[in-house]
Amino acid sequence: MLARSQYYLLAALAASFVASLFSGSFNSYFLDVAVTCGINITLAVSLNLINGYTGQFSLGHAGFMAIGAYSASLLTTNFGGKLLPLVGGQTWIFFPLALYAGGVVASVAGLLVGVPTLRLRGDYLAIVTLGFGEIIRVLLQNVDAVGGARGLIGIPDYTTLFWTFGLAAITVYTVWALVNSTYGRGFIAVSNDEIAAEAMGINTTRYKITAFVVGAFFAGLAGGIYAHFKQYIAPQGFGFDKSIEIVVMVILGGMGNNVGVIIAAILLTVLTETLRQFGDYRMILYSLLIIVLMIARPQGLFTWTGWKRKSA
Amino acid sequence: MSEFLQQLINGLSLGAIYALIALGYTMVYGVLRFINFAHSDVFMVGAFVGYYAIEKWHLPANSIGGGLLALAMAMAICAALGVLIERFAYRPLRGRSTLSVLITAIGVSLLLQNVAQNRQIGFGPNPKAFPNLFPYSNFHLGALTVSSNQVIVLIVTLVLLAALYFIVNHTRTGTAMRALSFNPTAASLVGINNDFIISFTFALGSSLAAAGGILYALNYPSIDPLMGTLPGLKAFVAAVLGGIGNLPGAAVGGVVLGLVETLVVACGGSTYRDAVAFGVLILILLVRPSGLLGKAEREKV
Repeated sequence: MLARSQYYLLAALAASFVASLFSGSFNSYFLDVAVTCGINITLAVSLNLINGYTGQFSLGHAGFMAIGAYSASLLTTNFGGKLLPLVGGQTWIFFPLALYAGGVVASVAGLLVGVPTLRLRGDYLAIVTLGFGEIIRVLLQNVDAVGGARGLIGIPDYTTLFWTFGLAAITVYTVWALVNSTYGRGFIAVSNDEIAAEAMGINTTRYKITAFVVGAFFAGLAGGIYAHFKQYIAPQGFGFDKSIEIVVMVILGGMGNNVGVIIAAILLTVLTETLRQFGDYRMILYSLLIIVLMIARPQGLFTWTGWKRKSA
Repeated sequence: MSEFLQQLINGLSLGAIYALIALGYTMVYGVLRFINFAHSDVFMVGAFVGYYAIEKWHLPANSIGGGLLALAMAMAICAALGVLIERFAYRPLRGRSTLSVLITAIGVSLLLQNVAQNRQIGFGPNPKAFPNLFPYSNFHLGALTVSSNQVIVLIVTLVLLAALYFIVNHTRTGTAMRALSFNPTAASLVGINNDFIISFTFALGSSLAAAGGILYALNYPSIDPLMGTLPGLKAFVAAVLGGIGNLPGAAVGGVVLGLVETLVVACGGSTYRDAVAFGVLILILLVRPSGLLGKAEREKV
């Protein structure tokens, strides 16, 4: 017998499969925006586990995304010729395996970042994760095997609506199931009051690292999807700006509010597109929006119960 | 050996600039306890004011008087900018969580960058060649070459640091600043106008950033609207390195960071120069989270 949430997951997977069957009949601009929405949902929800539910402040999510994107793309682009025949030339087996590998590498990076730095809090953690994101970018720029600053080209076009929204659905389900499990209550305890949580016997460090590893894993998967969608990745695409974009989605949606974060991810993706008609003024409006929203509704656009997190 | 001394001089002048910017971060952190991400863009605006002072407002280039006037103008305009940012973006958020203020600061930073990049209302996105504000010449001391701009950087930095030291330690406003950063509630109880002191702190920090911007542009004479991001982040690292909230610490941290970075570049790691700062940051936070000169704060339960 499946739980209700598992039915939702299956329904979402089925829906994205059906949608992808008809993807040929949508126009390509719509398809482009839809895939970007799906990727952003995955990124924002995975960051929500770290920043929202666990109350840490990571500014380096794009770094994990980059690691996943590069790892998966290296497998499919440089080693695709050798690896693809091993699974009988079936891309629908090969692609998720490559994505998974990318996610695993990203989560290892999450572990490496998490273990030494999670003793830090608030601003310091933010700046260290920012630093890690920048270090990853600089390293990628300097490694010629992955194209250096020129980026990686010729990545096969494997991404479909099914993979994108299937992944988004799995991410949402995993984060939801994790946080609502008995074990997962610990995440919320850590975010509400770390000292009290520790006094109650919760291993706060372990929870924080778990959040980082799981968040990084899904960010890595999203990176893989992104790479096989754009078919070209460069280190500059995974800079500080990208991390900020994801953080803004989480903040606007409401920290620790998955539904809000999903809506915010879609809204901001569509908004970036609609603001294009303002040309040069697009980013000015975008940044004004951030400031005004933070002053007017700091608890997020879609959180109605008020700002429950105390100031850090 | 002379090669090493040469790099030491280069590192010192880079470090002095980091120190100037770092002071702004550390002062704001001292009174409001948050990272003012927009600080690096105030630095950028400072450099642009210097550019316009010469190119559009026709101050004499290549003269000490014109250079100093441009410097003073940049500092004044950026001080006003800092006060405005604080008044309209940060003050409405007073007392809210650090996170909200941090995000707002990022928003302000994006706003300044994008307004600056705009062709109609800003400076335009293309890099501009920064004019020589001061007369330029190279001094030769044995095998060493010191440019006049490097000397100017050191002199201006020392003068500004001395002025800051005087303001913070020997004036009533400075005393109020220190009181506020020690305990805001108690400070307002003894009659200190917290809002005024915070505005004053922003003015002070932003004018130092403007000076940093001009000095930076003198040594790296190509300016663009995104030029502030990396020096700004590195200056923040410098502030943390020295112990955030600690003024001498920010100066020391800036110089140390400038030296480390220059030495890494000299040893052939120039493509990694941007990663060095963050490596240093992670190292210092692991080994001594309160910074070189900072005091460890005990956590109250």
